[in-house]
Amino acid sequence: MNLYGEKIADHAKHPRNQGSLERPDATHEGVNPLCGDRLRLQLQLVDGRIAAVRFQAEACMVSIGAASILSELLPGLSVAEARAVSRETLLSSLGTELRPSRIGCALLSLQVLQAALA
Amino acid sequence: MRDVRGDFPIPSRTFAGRPLVYLDNAATSQKPRAVLQAMQRFYEQSNANAHRGVYRLAEEASAALEGAREAVRRFIGAADAAEVVFTRGTTESINLVAQGWAARRLRQEDELVVTELEHHSNFLPWQRVAQQTGAKLRVLPVDFLGAPQFDELGAHTKLLAFSQVSNVLGTILPAKRLIQAARARGAAVLIDAAQSVPHLPLSVQDLDCDFLAFSSHKMLGPTGIGVLWARRDRLEETEPLLLGGGMVREASVEHSTWLAAPQKFEAGTQPIAEAVGLRAAIEYLETLGMDAVEKHARELSSHAVRQLSQVPGVRVHAALAERAAVVSFQVDGAHPHDVAASLDQHAICVRAGHHCAQPLMRKLSVAGTVRASIQIYNTLAEIDLLAAALAEL
Repeated sequence: MNLYGEKIADHAKHPRNQGSLERPDATHEGVNPLCGDRLRLQLQLVDGRIAAVRFQAEACMVSIGAASILSELLPGLSVAEARAVSRETLLSSLGTELRPSRIGCALLSLQVLQAALA
Repeated sequence: MRDVRGDFPIPSRTFAGRPLVYLDNAATSQKPRAVLQAMQRFYEQSNANAHRGVYRLAEEASAALEGAREAVRRFIGAADAAEVVFTRGTTESINLVAQGWAARRLRQEDELVVTELEHHSNFLPWQRVAQQTGAKLRVLPVDFLGAPQFDELGAHTKLLAFSQVSNVLGTILPAKRLIQAARARGAAVLIDAAQSVPHLPLSVQDLDCDFLAFSSHKMLGPTGIGVLWARRDRLEETEPLLLGGGMVREASVEHSTWLAAPQKFEAGTQPIAEAVGLRAAIEYLETLGMDAVEKHARELSSHAVRQLSQVPGVRVHAALAERAAVVSFQVDGAHPHDVAASLDQHAICVRAGHHCAQPLMRKLSVAGTVRASIQIYNTLAEIDLLAAALAEL
């Protein structure tokens, strides 16, 4: 089953930064209201920059793959930079063009990130 | 049943050379040409506002609306067409009963009872009534076959609301026994018939319920129209939610009075062309015969349970239960959305997710399910295609 391109498939099967942090500086859990998928994101900050990211998800391949891909983009960014990560940046990092009905799955992780940093 | 496939345009479509297999009928059904043509004919020949003008064209439009009401009355075995209220759909029908009837009558000591497998549209309106009135909302647990446990009904139960057929599991609830249990405690009964009216012969007089709600678009009719049926005395107890033109007897600055049901619930211009389409859908189903429609649904859903259960890694929910036209399942190691997206590569349309029934998802300990749902144009061969595509995952 390789509907979503190599990159999402790889990240969904082998998620990077999956798990939890012992002392997170920010935690947020969000739900995709359409399907009930659930994703929790934790961040550790050092000197105002993201030092570590962990996520846990009960979600589809697109949600998990996108969360994993996003988690690799974040380390080193300042809080302001992380807040400013756009949907276009995430969607263009997925290595495939998602169909309209699945874009919401990919953006769940970004919404949770923005809520965690709000 | 005769071969109806050619009556429906969309099931003849192809996607990338593959014939479309539409198995998302519990979400909305496709429409036969008879329905589309009836609506077109209305707009081309009889369009005017109903119950307004005195000219002959307006009389045709009024007759079209009332003819549809009579068709609904006959189809659901109601005593009187005045008990048939047009709404936008099941959701609006239930909200009308919740706010127009229950919220005005329930007290703190009263109870509202629903089952664990309700669609959000038969859960959230009652949750709000409970918050507004202080009444208690009780949820009847269901067992592994989706059958609710009645013993939770108590002397304070004022209303029992349940779906006759689960939109997730497809299981047929023992409506008559539930109604009798509620009646014995003096409670009123609302049936969410969104998933039963399209597939099962049904008579509200035989069921002896108080309220029955359903939508046109799941039973081969157009979107934008649905029905609330209620016994006459219940309609008299119900206040309209929408006030405006066409529902008032006498309006003055000091005080206004309403027309009798159904008009008092039908403020504003009604969806007349949609009513015409609903009537055409009803007549189409009546010509096939609801016994034949039910037989087809049961035959295909039993076939689906058998075929899908044989696919390694597929687990069918409530496999042993008596069901109408819906089969829900999990695929080991695959998220429902990914299963549905994969089936789309075979041009097979199924629904994945929580199906607007999150309390039931919690009960089943899943985030969502994959759901295949059947209509009269589906075939045994299409079910086999679904099973074969799942085996390939």
